[in-house]
Amino acid sequence: MGTTMVRLHPKNRVLAWVEDRLPILSFMSSHTSGYYAPKNFNLWYYFGSLALLVLVNQILTGIFLTMFYKPSALEVAPGISAAFASVEYIMRDVEWGWLIRYMHSTGASLFFVVVYLHMFRGLMYGSFKKPRELVWILGMLIFLALMAEAFMGYVLPWGNMSFWGAKVIISLFGTVPWIGESLVEWIMGDYLPADATLNRFFALHVIALPLVLLLLVVLHLGALHEVGSNNPDGVEIKQKKKEDGTPLDGIAFHPYYTVKDIFGTGVFLFIAAFIIFYAPTFGGWFLEHDNFIPANNLATPTHIKPVWYFTPFYAILRMIPSFLGSAIWGVIAMFASIAVLFVMPWIDAGPVKSIRYRGVGYKVALALFAVSFVMLGAVGAGVTAEVIPQWFGAHVDATFVENLFGRFWTAVYFGFFVFLWFYSRGMERTKPVPERVTTHD
Amino acid sequence: MANDAVVDKGRRRFLTATTAVVGGAGAAVAAIPFIKSWEPSARAKSAGAPVLADISKIEAGQKVTFAWRGLPVFVVNRTKAQLDALPGVDSRLRDPKSDNTAQQPEYAKNEFRSIKPEWLVLIGICTHLGCVPDFFPELKPEPFDPNWQGGFYCPCHKSRFDMSGRVFDGVPAPANLAVPKYHFVDESHILIGVDPGKGAA
Repeated sequence: MGTTMVRLHPKNRVLAWVEDRLPILSFMSSHTSGYYAPKNFNLWYYFGSLALLVLVNQILTGIFLTMFYKPSALEVAPGISAAFASVEYIMRDVEWGWLIRYMHSTGASLFFVVVYLHMFRGLMYGSFKKPRELVWILGMLIFLALMAEAFMGYVLPWGNMSFWGAKVIISLFGTVPWIGESLVEWIMGDYLPADATLNRFFALHVIALPLVLLLLVVLHLGALHEVGSNNPDGVEIKQKKKEDGTPLDGIAFHPYYTVKDIFGTGVFLFIAAFIIFYAPTFGGWFLEHDNFIPANNLATPTHIKPVWYFTPFYAILRMIPSFLGSAIWGVIAMFASIAVLFVMPWIDAGPVKSIRYRGVGYKVALALFAVSFVMLGAVGAGVTAEVIPQWFGAHVDATFVENLFGRFWTAVYFGFFVFLWFYSRGMERTKPVPERVTTHD
Repeated sequence: MANDAVVDKGRRRFLTATTAVVGGAGAAVAAIPFIKSWEPSARAKSAGAPVLADISKIEAGQKVTFAWRGLPVFVVNRTKAQLDALPGVDSRLRDPKSDNTAQQPEYAKNEFRSIKPEWLVLIGICTHLGCVPDFFPELKPEPFDPNWQGGFYCPCHKSRFDMSGRVFDGVPAPANLAVPKYHFVDESHILIGVDPGKGAA
């Protein structure tokens, strides 16, 4: 598979000279035309390569944005920071600056779209299970780094939502007993989000976290190529091999899947271009209206809500009331909702990978889990707060109804993992798994 | 030299371990300046000076916000009706007697949470996650509370506080709004950031 590197001997003397000293062509070829992937990939297998495409887009557009952006909260006009003014400058005065920025801001949201679908694929087909546990854990680390990266990027324009979002998220650390208050001051470098905060977030956003992300992506792919890709049937293709040692149900990643991924890229770029050109704010979901107002530390926006991709976790934070004089419980629940995914390979003890051959319980539970994610997203984004008075009339206590609703779906979210622990340990009745992928010839 | 010499593995382990410990200690100490560099700078600290607030123009029932250390400090001139309504909400509050001593100086631990009953001075930062609560002074039903007796409502996560900044039960905020150190310099001026009896800063 991808791990054994076949040495190439190029005819070109210069290439041969390089190859003898640094086998870069051999390395690349063994991870593309020499990497055999299952032949039965479906639509769900586009999102890994699309995530890589968006990462490249973010890095390229990001480099150009740093050429015009100023990470300074110092005021250049009454109430207007240099950072906010420089973003307006990019949008209005820099040639094609609006396009570069919209590619970056739309890319951020689409990054989460493809990553969430990519993760759901893993849950559906058991891609997190042995022997791919480390691929999954590295993927979760990428997700964590991506959330930190997105959060800090959101702070940079220094709009009012940037400011208050930063304030709320940093305050989460203030709930830590004893050291909370000094921890918050340490993160902000001031008594409120200020110039110092913006400077360090800029440094983390444009260099520290991208380096971490790139390293993690290399490790994620390296771990994947060691164990080989899973597939919709959850069959290990390495177990049935041809005489030449390549898998019977495998095809070379290049050219077969590079061509497939180019098609996916085309469709994806079509959608991305539509958003960039016709709906860059996406109705306030990708770029929030309140962030077009400069940061003001004395005026909270009426509805503080994070960007859509954080809303499910934010809803969990909000749904847990504080008790014993501390607000830390909601924070713990929010972090737990992500941490629990890390140990997914050990929560689910079921031997069958793909949902195609798993018991009805898993199908129902996974569907409910996906619904809970969307419903919590609606709570976190303030959709429920808006529709409850419309649906039930103004006389009901909207907060009470929303809490009931949100707590129910929070219970479903965590219930998925509890159920799965017991279900996969003896209760599940699976179907027989075929020996080879179902679409082989 | 002679590669066939007997290797003293204990000695090798000892040297490896001591080198690692010394190197690790050095790295840890070298990290201190970088970690400390994130603390509020001298410039940020010096911006935390006391603020003199002129309250002579604040009408009954009105709230004015002053900035102190970058924090919004609410100064409210409470009406008699608002003050009379305070005991009525005690049963719905988490800490009606202000027993959480971290949330106010000793001289503000009373029903009104203030030095003079009508003058309420609060740090306008929700004790949940640091948003600025909105001021809803009127004693009339509000969408978020049909029995509203005036107070503060946080738009972020819907925490509610009464006209003394005391937190309601069953909301995300764990504690009453904090009262800063302050004192009356004269009838129409409050010095925010300095306890009474400490003189002008």
